[in-house]
Amino acid sequence: MNNTVLSRYEELAQHAHTQWQQSGRNDKIIIQVGSATCENAAGATEVWREFERNIQASGRDDIILHQVGCTGRCSREPIVGVLMPGRMPVKYQRVTRDSAHQIFSRHIQGGEPVAELTLDQTMPRLKRQVILCEARHCGTRGDEDIFTVFQDEINRAGLDPEENTLIHVGALGFCSIHRKMISTCVMVRPENTVYFVKDRKDVQEIIAQHLVEGQIVDRLRCQEDPISLRFFDLYGDAAFFNRQTRISLRNAGVINPESLYEYIHYNGFRALSLSLSNGDPDWLVERVLESKLRGRGGGGYPTGRKWKDAHRHANDQRYLICNADEGDPGAFMDRSMLESDPYSVIEGMIIGGYAIGATRGFFYVRAEYPLAIKRIEKALAECRKHGLLGQNILGSDFSMDLEVRLGAGAFVCGEETALIHSIEGERGQPRIRPPFPTESGLWGKPTVINNVETFANIAPLLLYGSDWFASVGTEFSGGTKVFALAGKIQHTGLVEVPMGTTLREVVYNIGGGIPGGKQLKAIQTGGPAGGVIPAEYLDMPIDFDTLGRLGSIMGSGGMIVLDEDDCMVDVAKFFMTFCQGESCGKCTPCREGTKRMLEILERITMGKGEMEDLDKLERLASLVKNTSLCGLGRAAPNPILSTLRHFRDEYEAHVKEKRCPARKCKTLIHYEIDPAKCVGCTMCARNCPTNCISGGRKEVHVIDQVECIKCGRCFDVCRFDAVNRK
Amino acid sequence: MDVKVTDNRDEVFSKSKEALTPEIVAFIEDCTQKQHPNSHLINVLHKVQGHFGYLGKEQLDAVAQLLQVPTAKVTGVATFYHFFRLEPRGRFVINICLGTACYVKGAERVCERLCDELGIHVGETTPDGMFSLEGTRCVGTCGLAPVVLVNDTVFGEVTPDQIPALIESHIKKAQAMEKESVV
Ligand SMILES: Cc1cc2nc3c(=O)[nH]c(=O)nc-3n(C[C@H](O)[C@H](O)[C@H](O)COP(=O)(O)O)c2cc1C
Ligand code: SF4
Ligand code: SF4
Ligand code: FES
Ligand code: FES
Repeated sequence: MNNTVLSRYEELAQHAHTQWQQSGRNDKIIIQVGSATCENAAGATEVWREFERNIQASGRDDIILHQVGCTGRCSREPIVGVLMPGRMPVKYQRVTRDSAHQIFSRHIQGGEPVAELTLDQTMPRLKRQVILCEARHCGTRGDEDIFTVFQDEINRAGLDPEENTLIHVGALGFCSIHRKMISTCVMVRPENTVYFVKDRKDVQEIIAQHLVEGQIVDRLRCQEDPISLRFFDLYGDAAFFNRQTRISLRNAGVINPESLYEYIHYNGFRALSLSLSNGDPDWLVERVLESKLRGRGGGGYPTGRKWKDAHRHANDQRYLICNADEGDPGAFMDRSMLESDPYSVIEGMIIGGYAIGATRGFFYVRAEYPLAIKRIEKALAECRKHGLLGQNILGSDFSMDLEVRLGAGAFVCGEETALIHSIEGERGQPRIRPPFPTESGLWGKPTVINNVETFANIAPLLLYGSDWFASVGTEFSGGTKVFALAGKIQHTGLVEVPMGTTLREVVYNIGGGIPGGKQLKAIQTGGPAGGVIPAEYLDMPIDFDTLGRLGSIMGSGGMIVLDEDDCMVDVAKFFMTFCQGESCGKCTPCREGTKRMLEILERITMGKGEMEDLDKLERLASLVKNTSLCGLGRAAPNPILSTLRHFRDEYEAHVKEKRCPARKCKTLIHYEIDPAKCVGCTMCARNCPTNCISGGRKEVHVIDQVECIKCGRCFDVCRFDAVNRK
Repeated sequence: MDVKVTDNRDEVFSKSKEALTPEIVAFIEDCTQKQHPNSHLINVLHKVQGHFGYLGKEQLDAVAQLLQVPTAKVTGVATFYHFFRLEPRGRFVINICLGTACYVKGAERVCERLCDELGIHVGETTPDGMFSLEGTRCVGTCGLAPVVLVNDTVFGEVTPDQIPALIESHIKKAQAMEKESVV
């Protein structure tokens, strides 16, 4: 044990708490405004300024304007939270300058939340909320279901169910504290008291004392803070969030990403201080192995094993790299993490550096993420200033520094050996492995490369215990996975769920299903290296192995929902276009193979395909898969193979009938005006860029099929449903 | 054979420095002091493009000289990465996201409309030098798909119908800026 480290850390923590107290956060009104690329794109900066103006004009000094990162509720941004002492936090969605002003005058000044603007119609009149943990290992629930017992007893006590609600959440993450699993964890807001509840008697006591009298029941109270306490405190009432288990994203949307003190206030760098004071890197590696943490960058290689490999190779110098290249063109969790909670990734990296004995580390970040880069740079500077980076970290004998290196828009640079070349200042072309980077990586030295999310999980798994972390996931894979949910889904955004959660839970219960009453067709995971999972496999638990068996991959976490309007051949073509453009050209199967496969797909979508093309496609795909040098080429055929496997009928319709069942492929569709429905409003004719629609006012309009370029504008503008896409 | 050695190092260096800005020169000099100076090449190119908007021949040569890396390698790196541009671009660079989420949400049609309204293809610049149209990889705001960037400003949930107004507003912006600079 190294006591200097611990006392240094306690000093920092003390300082952070003092700052917290002095800012008056416990008794002032806090207005939280999100600030991340996504939030800003939605107009958060304007909203921030509006609040600034309003606060200034009001002359009040009991209001704090608080910048937080993003929560991952993309489709409802900008999100604003209003926290008043002793009351339930209220969140607002899609806030504009106008509504910001309304929120300020009606809620902050007037004291009444603006119901119609709240996020997910959460009830602003809510006085108290009881949150029950539903994790599969939380509580035996005895003979009676605690949820129903609570329901019963709340009714019996005559409490207004509008003001006292009861909900289930995915997992509160208390399990570490209560390993015996004999009671259910319950949290009561807004006091955020956590109770362990065993039976009806406990429930009655909580209701009588806490809900009715406002007195905390000390007998049942848990003394420690569970990992996502603060997150659920803020967002527990929104359906999208309370089905999630927030571990790596525990601070996203909660803390100011640019404040080291706030991170420390929420236990930040405690795991680092424990690791350094313990003084045994092998112990660390053992914990990571035990936690069953597998790399979140796509491959799913056990992180502990990777660290062990690197440690085994004796060398005077080792390196650590954080892969923040996020190349999957439909994923954004790493960006959000770096923008919303950069310190958590940095803490994971320093611990990783200590475990493998690296004194230098690199952030390899996409140049397309300027805000993330800015926040990392700032966080690194703060860490150096406070002795968390540089010489003798926290007074220990361990020294390490981190620096940022920028990518420059090449997908292949996400591949380990290409990434290493890129950091060395070369063209980012991969090389043959072995030797693996853990043996010979950056400048020939042992190097560990891990993904952003992998690092973000390190501190929690040490703080809350590796066995707890392992218990959150499946038998072979511990913890959670963050997915970037996008496409044809009600609620796009970031979703963190335990490994083994079903696709249905993610798409329907969290994502809210498919908008517009459309049918779900498939879910695409793993980006250009992945595949599609047809709707009939919705009840599959999500894990590295199960997705692999279905012909897709977990990938880094992109999850794109496709509905009946999406053509599977076109989807395959989209990904092949991407891979073909990104092939670095070093090896022939990938360079030439992707090109040929793309040509075939283009032929098929243009209605010029033959049945032989399908066989050719399959043969080429397996050739490229088996003979390419790096992961890009080896995975590039996956979208084709998986769409062929699950949606061969769509390929055949394109080839045999020259028909695109989803009516997506331009060459195979045409637009027609239904004479029975057309009222002759002339709207389509006025919008047609080639003037190929004829007909006078109040006459049925007709499209000239020869001139029509199928831009679909008439289809969009007709308000009488008279234009058909066939 | 007689080999004539001329030492024009100083001359080349000062010419190279002229092609760049003092800050970039200082940054490069700083890099040369570090371990593995060559590894900073990409960061240097980012700085150059950040200032000039693209990587001109002159600048590439200057970087090669100052960082003491063969010009062939500098060019090799500059052409390998999609982010680097070797040609000057328009005043407003319109980037349409070609990522998966945007594709699913109809980016293609937004792109067609952009080409239509601007009268150029992706990768081209309008003759008046006002707009360049480019495709970019996912910018990480897929939740707002389809996404269009104008310089660094992100526009989310763009529909083809909004394109004419978007273009118009930027032309107005340019005119306003010009007026200001005249005054
Ligand atoms: C073509 C290609 C692109 C990749 N892109 C990324 C990426 O953007 N981010 C990432 O973390 N890993 C990416 N990977 C995986 C990395 O090579 C590597 O396995 C990973 O960063 C290791 O970290 P992990 O063990 O924590 O997952 C990519 C792999 C290939 C073959
Ligand atoms: S598989 Fe493709 S990307 Fe990988 S080395 Fe070969 S050509 Fe380059
Ligand atoms: S917009 Fe519709 S209703 Fe109007 S003229 Fe065209 S087809 Fe007819
Ligand atoms: S809310 Fe930030 S990623 Fe969407
Ligand atoms: S796919 Fe367009 S922003 Fe991600």
